[in-house]
Amino acid sequence: MRRLVSGNEACAEAALRAGIRFFGGYPITPSTEIAELMAEELPRVGGVFMQMEDEIASIMAIVGASAAGVPSMTATSGPGFSLMQEGIGYAAMTEIPVVVVDVMRGGPATGLPTKGSQGDLQQARWGTHGDHPVVVFAPRGVEETFALTLRAVDVSERLRVPVILLTDEFIGHMREIVSFPSRVEVYHRQRPRVASSEYVHYAEENNYNAPYASYGGGYAIHLTGLTHRADGFPINDAPTIRWNNERLRAKIEDNLAYLEDNYIDDDPDADTLIVAVGSSARSAYEAKLLTDKPLAYIRLLTLWPFPDATIHRLARGRKRVVVPEMNDGQLCREVQRCLSGDTELVSVTRNDGSMLTPQEVLEVL
Amino acid sequence: MASAKASGKKHSFTPMVHTYLRMDNRFPHVWCPGCGIGILFAALIHALHELNIPKDKILLASGIGCTSRMPGYLDTDTFHVLHGRALAAATGVKLARPDMEVIVVGGDGDMLAIGGNHFIHAARRNIGITCIVLNNYNYAMTGGQQSPTTPRDMFATTAPYGTIDDPADACSLAEASGAAFVARTTTYNFVQLKRFVKTALSRKGFRLIEVVAQCPTIFGRLNRMPATKDLITWIKGHTVTLEAAKKMDADELRDKIVTGVFVDREVEEYSDRYARLIKKVRNAH
Repeated sequence: MRRLVSGNEACAEAALRAGIRFFGGYPITPSTEIAELMAEELPRVGGVFMQMEDEIASIMAIVGASAAGVPSMTATSGPGFSLMQEGIGYAAMTEIPVVVVDVMRGGPATGLPTKGSQGDLQQARWGTHGDHPVVVFAPRGVEETFALTLRAVDVSERLRVPVILLTDEFIGHMREIVSFPSRVEVYHRQRPRVASSEYVHYAEENNYNAPYASYGGGYAIHLTGLTHRADGFPINDAPTIRWNNERLRAKIEDNLAYLEDNYIDDDPDADTLIVAVGSSARSAYEAKLLTDKPLAYIRLLTLWPFPDATIHRLARGRKRVVVPEMNDGQLCREVQRCLSGDTELVSVTRNDGSMLTPQEVLEVL
Repeated sequence: MASAKASGKKHSFTPMVHTYLRMDNRFPHVWCPGCGIGILFAALIHALHELNIPKDKILLASGIGCTSRMPGYLDTDTFHVLHGRALAAATGVKLARPDMEVIVVGGDGDMLAIGGNHFIHAARRNIGITCIVLNNYNYAMTGGQQSPTTPRDMFATTAPYGTIDDPADACSLAEASGAAFVARTTTYNFVQLKRFVKTALSRKGFRLIEVVAQCPTIFGRLNRMPATKDLITWIKGHTVTLEAAKKMDADELRDKIVTGVFVDREVEEYSDRYARLIKKVRNAH
C-alpha cells in the first residue's frame, strides 16, 4: 500500500510492525511525533508506551523492558541522545537489545531544535565511554527510514546489541510516498531450551543468533554493567577483561558482511568518488545527475561499522574523493582513514540548519 | 536437629537463607565487618521466604554503591544497573512483566541524589516496586563522601569541616510524591525491619522503606564512632517512634530518626492501570 507519510511516521509504523512493544521516551523536537504515534498505537497492539521523566530514564526503561523479553525502543534528538549515552553503553555491555532513534538537529547544546543537521555521526560512534563497536543505520529519506527501522530492530534482537538509527529533522518532518509491504518478516528472540543449571548467559556460542534468557524465564540471570565473566558475575582480572571486550567486538566483526549496506553507483571512467550519508546524500546524488562528468558514488546505509575496505577499494586510483555533509566534517574524517596514495580529499560542509544544496556540491565537482 | 543428634550422624543442615543465596561462587561478599547491609539482606530474605514468593518471580534490581551489590548474591533474577537508574530500569521490567515481584535496593546517594528524579516519578506513578533505601549517611563505596542524607555538622571526606547542607528526607519525599506505602526503621530493630518489608511486599504500588544503617568502617570512623556498637548505639539514641514524635516540637525532632509507618494506602498499581488502558483502547476498536 502506498501512502504519503513523514519520516517520523514511517519510523513509528516500522517499529510497530517489527514487533516493538515497549517505548520509553521523553518529548524533544524534532523526534516527538514518534513518541506521540507510539502512545496512540502501542496500547492497540497490547504494548506499552511510557513517557519517562527524562532521557536517562527513557533509555534505562527500555533496557529494563528488553531485559524482561519485550522488544523496546526510544526516540530522541541531540541533547537527549547525549543524556542516553551511558545507558547505551550499559545495553552494549550487558548485551540487551534496544533501538535508539536519533532525529538529528543542530548543536551544540540546545542548538537548533527545529532545524536539521548531521552533527551526531561521531557521537553515535563514540558517545559512550570505553571501547565497544556500535551499529548505526542512516536512511536517506522516508521510505528508507521505514526499511532501516525494521532492520534496526532485527539486527538488535539477533546480535543482542543496541542499534542506533540516525535520521534528521529534514527526514523526520519530510513527507514522501512509501510503499508499505503487506507483510514483514519478524525475528523473534529465542528462549533457551536448556535447564537453568546448564545455562550460561554469555556463553561463547550465544554471542549472536542464539537463544538467550530474559527476566522471569526461570534462569536466575544476573546482569551488570561491570566487566563480567561468561556467567554474568563481575570480575576484574586481565584475561576476563580481554575476553569481555573481545566478545563485544566479535559480535560486530564476525558480522561485517551482514551489517555492511551501501548504495554504490560506480563508474570506471570517473576520477572522482563521492562518499555520502543520510539526507545530504540526496543533494550529492542530485549533483551527480546534474553534471555530465563521470562520477563514482557511494552512499552508506550502515554508517557504523564503517565500510573501510569498500571505500578503500572504490577510492583507489581516483584523483579526488568528495565528501558532502551537514556538519563540520565528521564523515570526512572517517573517509580520510580509508584513503591511500595521493588521492585528494575534498570536504563539502554546510552547518547552518539548512539543507546542503546540489549546487554547493556541484561547485566542487 | 534433635533426631540428628540422637542418631549420632553428622548433621547436614542448610540454613533457609542459603537457599536464597548464590552460595556456589559468589562468596565472600564485598561488605565490611559490622556493616548494616547484611541485616537488611537477612530481613529481606526472611520476608520473601515467609510470604512464600516464588523465586523465579523475583527481580532484585539496584544501582551502584555498597547496598547495590546485594543483587549479586541473591539467587533470583537480578539487575545491577547504572548509578541512580535502578528505578527507571525496574519500571521497564515491571511493565514488561507485571507478574514479577520487583524489588529495588539502593543507598542514600544512589536513590536520593543521582537517582532522585526517578525516585519522585516512580512514587508518583505508583509503579509496582518495593523500594528499599539503605541510609548510611554517606557514599561508602567511594570512601565516605557526604550524601544528601548526611546530618548537619557531621563529617565526610568531602565535608572535612562538617557538612553545611540540610539533609534530605526520603520518607517525606516519597509521601509527597504519592507513594502507597512509606515507612522508616533502622538496622537496630530487625523485627520491625522484617515486618515492614513483609508489609511492603504485601501492598500494591510504589512502596518505600528507608532503613537507617550503620557504616562503621567509613562514616563511623570519620565521625569518631569507629566501632559498630558505637554507631548502632548512636542510631538507637537518635531514634524516636512516630507516636513519640507527635508529641515533640520541630526543634526536638531536628536530629531525630523517626521510625514507623507514615503512609499505608490502597492504590491501583501502575501496570494494572496500564492493562486497563489497553483493554479500554482495544474494546473501543
